[in-house]
Amino acid sequence: MSGSTPAFVALAAAMAQALAILVGVVLLAAVMTVVERRLLGLWQDRHGPNRVGPAGSLQLVADMIKILFKEDWIPPFADRPLFVLAPVIAMASLLLSFMIIPLTPTWGVADWHIGLLFFFAMAGINVYAVLLGGWSSGNKYALLGAMRATAQTLSYEVFMGLSLMGVVALAGSFNLREIVAAQQGLWFIVPQFLGFCTFLVAGVAVTHRHPFDQPEAEQELADGYHIEYSGMKFGMFFIGEYIGMVLVSALIVTLFFGGWLGPWLPPFAWFALKTGALLVLFVLLRAALPRPRHDHVMSFGWRVCLPLTLINLLVTGAAILWLSPATD
Amino acid sequence: MELAFYASGLVAVLATLRVITSTNPIHALLYLIVSLLAVAMVFFALGAPFAGALEVIVYAGAIMVLFVFVVMMLNLKETVTAQERAWLGPRTWAGPSLLAAVLLVVLIAVLWRGDIGRVIAGDTLTAQAVGTVLFGPWLLVVELAAVLLLAALVTASHVGRSASRPPDDGSDGA
Repeated sequence: MSGSTPAFVALAAAMAQALAILVGVVLLAAVMTVVERRLLGLWQDRHGPNRVGPAGSLQLVADMIKILFKEDWIPPFADRPLFVLAPVIAMASLLLSFMIIPLTPTWGVADWHIGLLFFFAMAGINVYAVLLGGWSSGNKYALLGAMRATAQTLSYEVFMGLSLMGVVALAGSFNLREIVAAQQGLWFIVPQFLGFCTFLVAGVAVTHRHPFDQPEAEQELADGYHIEYSGMKFGMFFIGEYIGMVLVSALIVTLFFGGWLGPWLPPFAWFALKTGALLVLFVLLRAALPRPRHDHVMSFGWRVCLPLTLINLLVTGAAILWLSPATD
Repeated sequence: MELAFYASGLVAVLATLRVITSTNPIHALLYLIVSLLAVAMVFFALGAPFAGALEVIVYAGAIMVLFVFVVMMLNLKETVTAQERAWLGPRTWAGPSLLAAVLLVVLIAVLWRGDIGRVIAGDTLTAQAVGTVLFGPWLLVVELAAVLLLAALVTASHVGRSASRPPDDGSDGA
């Protein structure tokens, strides 16, 4: 029985930590679905869901019961294996990305030197969820939604990667812990303000959040790529979107707002506060902005954001070379 | 790490076999994606996570998305499945696989007689090390690749421009 060796204890602690982060993220994403509706109600001067339980606090439970017991219908004209696979990819690829995010100096799942690249890889895989979901449904609206989502995600992923290269160059590492450590003196939002703006736009676009939710525009596409989904499969797409939101918020906090760094409060409190503030910003964006046309979204990405990130990268590189002491 | 290497190598080979034998184009492409992911895992197992991550980002995450995208747009029907099935007859694959088998024997023989002492070690390369090598001794190759990509970009932009219509002035007519 090796139950008490230090290696085993360390292993068990790491696994427990990973599990806690996983459960915490899924729960937070689920809670966000209700928080978002309450906040939208607040900002749009209406009540929002306030009927279930005291002050609407049990709305989440009601939603869960509803979605779990709904009929899980697979259309006869659908490509069955892909139809089932798509929501799994949607949720799993985003959940896996949380592996690289350090919550506090001691909490986090993986400490990799390719950290940020892993997020890009998972974001790349995540495209298939929408693509396969839309195609396998055998529905024209779903296919149109998938088309839009793919074109949009591919375009925005191009400069999403580039927008973070300034941060990577300043920190000298892809490792998120080292990136946080490099922000001891100054958060990267100051020297990398353009990078922050473009990454925020790209993050909203890649998670198909409003105002970049043309793939699921109700008026035009009757819900887009997940129109044929019901029950828990739809739930996985739905929660996946909120997981994406939490993921992008946590990434922005880690990359631009110094992660857990901050005075007085414990590290986790800072991390949670900053992430929460960004989540509220996501909701505010949805509450405040109209939905632009799809071709406007595409041309905005290619004509405004991509040149901005390139300029940012050039200036950052020049500044680093200018300021660094001459070697040899 | 050796186990991971052989396991993902096996997955890559099996998935690639299914790419060839699958009659549904989309399913074949998905197997190709699985194969690419398995190759990325091979890189991880060999201690080159940077190459593995790039493999996923570039091949599985970008190029294959375009493949799947295009095939979906083509709206292929049952005729294609029948065509694929016809191509899988022994008359079609017997010749090429015989030739490929000869090459395989040669490859195995070379590998067998080669440096057998090398084992899969746990040495992990960092992204920094890869970058230093790329922009040090291999700078010329990197620059040439960049020029090639630029040429491809210019070509694509030239081919994609329609001759009948004046170039878009940015005001995207609705």
